[in-house]
Amino acid sequence: MRAALLSSLLGLLVLVSGCAFEPVQPWDRDLLAQKKMQLDPYPLDTYLDEHIYYSKEASSGGQGVGGGGCGCN
Amino acid sequence: MQLKPPKSIRGKLALATCSMLTGMPQGANAAGADSPWELDTAVLYYSEKDRVEVVEPVVRLRKEIDDDEFISVRIVYDSLTGSSANGAIPTDQPQTFTSPSGHKTYTTDPNETPLDPTFHDARYALSAEWEKPLGELTRGVFSANASNEYDYMSLGVSAVVSRDFNLRNTTLTAGASYNADQVDPVGGVPVGLTNMPQFPAVKATEGDSDDKTVSELLLGVTQVVSRRTLVQLNYSFGSDSGYLTDPYKLLSVVNGATGELGTVIPGSEPYRYEKRPDTRDRHAVYWKTVHQLSDDVIRVSYRYYWDDWDITSHTLDFRYRYELRNRHYLEPHVRYYAQTEAEFYRHSLIDGESVEYASADYRLGEMTTTTVGLKYGFPTGKNGEFGVRAEYMVQSGDSTPDDAIGVQRQQDLFPDVEAVIFQLNYSLLF
Repeated sequence: MRAALLSSLLGLLVLVSGCAFEPVQPWDRDLLAQKKMQLDPYPLDTYLDEHIYYSKEASSGGQGVGGGGCGCN
Repeated sequence: MQLKPPKSIRGKLALATCSMLTGMPQGANAAGADSPWELDTAVLYYSEKDRVEVVEPVVRLRKEIDDDEFISVRIVYDSLTGSSANGAIPTDQPQTFTSPSGHKTYTTDPNETPLDPTFHDARYALSAEWEKPLGELTRGVFSANASNEYDYMSLGVSAVVSRDFNLRNTTLTAGASYNADQVDPVGGVPVGLTNMPQFPAVKATEGDSDDKTVSELLLGVTQVVSRRTLVQLNYSFGSDSGYLTDPYKLLSVVNGATGELGTVIPGSEPYRYEKRPDTRDRHAVYWKTVHQLSDDVIRVSYRYYWDDWDITSHTLDFRYRYELRNRHYLEPHVRYYAQTEAEFYRHSLIDGESVEYASADYRLGEMTTTTVGLKYGFPTGKNGEFGVRAEYMVQSGDSTPDDAIGVQRQQDLFPDVEAVIFQLNYSLLF
C-alpha cells in the first residue's frame, strides 16, 4: 500500500516536471483533438458503468469525485 | 464532444489559427461555433440471472453559453425489480424470512441461496454541471446532484479545477466533493446484530431513518506523451461517515459443530441483521493510457484500491477501438476486478458468538468480477452518432471457504452472479 502510494507520487513528480517528454506543439494536436482520443469520450457509458460496479463491488473512486449516491441494496 | 467539420475554407483557417493559439481541441471550437447544443442519450438494460433487473434511461444536455463555457444537465431514471441475496446461507431445509416491512414472509427452497423477492425500487437522479474557464490556462467544473429513491435520498456538490502547463501538455487537476445522504429503510433501521423476530413480531429498530456523508478529494495529472499518446494518473481519497450498514442484509446463525442453523431463541429466527462500522476511509490510485495506432485506439486503465475495512482491489480495463469504414467502429472490452474481503465479512455467525461488526453481503467478500463486451458505433446524419453495446459479467467467489463448518460444506456459499448488459446510445450536436 505504502509502496503504491510512493511510486504514484514519484510518477506524479516525473510527469509534472515536464522534462520526461518532448512537448507536442499545438499544430501537432490533430490526433489528440479527436473525440476518440479524449480521456472520457463517452461520459454516459462511464456513468452507467460506474453505477453498475459501485452497486456490485466494494471499491469506488479513482476516476473522479462525486456523482451521487444510491441505496444499492 | 463530437467533432464537426467546419463549413468553409475560411472556417478551417479560423479554426486552425484558434487551435494553434489556444492549443484547445478543435472539436470543442467547431462544436461551439456551429452547434451550441449537445444531446447525449442512453438506455441501459441490466439483468442478473434469477436476480435483479434494471432499466435505466439517461439524458444529458449540454450547451455552450459563452466562449468555452458550458452548462449541462443530466437526468436519470432507474427502475429496479427482481430478487436480491439477503445474506443468509442455503440449507437443506426450507427457510422462512420476515420481509423488511414486517408485514409478510417469504420462503426459500432447500439448497437455494435465499433471495429477498420483495425488492423493488425506482430512482430519479438529476445533476447540473457548469464548466467555466478561470483564466487562460485554468478551468473549473462545478456540479450539484440530487437523487431520490423509495428508501434513499442523496444530495451532493463537487468542484474540480484544472490547470495546464508545459504548452498544455501537462494538466494538473484537483477536485473535491461532498454528499449528504439519508436512508429510510422499509420497516425502520434495524438494530445491528439483533435476531430477526418470528413473524408476525416486528424487528427492533433505531428509528425510521439515518444519515450518511461522503467526502472525496482527488489529485491528478494528465500528460501528453506524444502526438498519439495520453496518460492520466489520479489519486483519490474518500471518507464515509454515518450509517454504512445495509438495513436489509442478514447473517445466518449456525451451530459451531454441525453448521446447521443455530438454536432458536424463543420468538426469534436464527438470523441476525448485519452491522458495519460507521466510518470508512478509502484510497485509490488510477492510471489510464490512451494510445492511437494507425487509426485504431487502445484504452487501458488500472486502479489499485485500499480502505480501512481491509479491502484491497485491483481493476484492469482494456478497450480496443477498431475502425471500420465510414467512421463505423467496433470496440471489444475486457474488464477484470479482484477484491479481498472486509475484515468483518462472515458467511455466517456461530450460535452464541459475540462480534462488534459482521456482514455476509457477498459484495464485501473475497471475489472477482470478469466482464467481456462489444460496442458498435456509427455516425448518423451530419452530426449524430449511434452506439449499441452488449456485455456479459460474472462475479465469482469461494463456494466452499476454509472456515465452512459441517453441513455448510455441502452448500454453495458463494454462487456465481451472472449478468448481461445491453445499452443503446444516441448523441447529436445541433
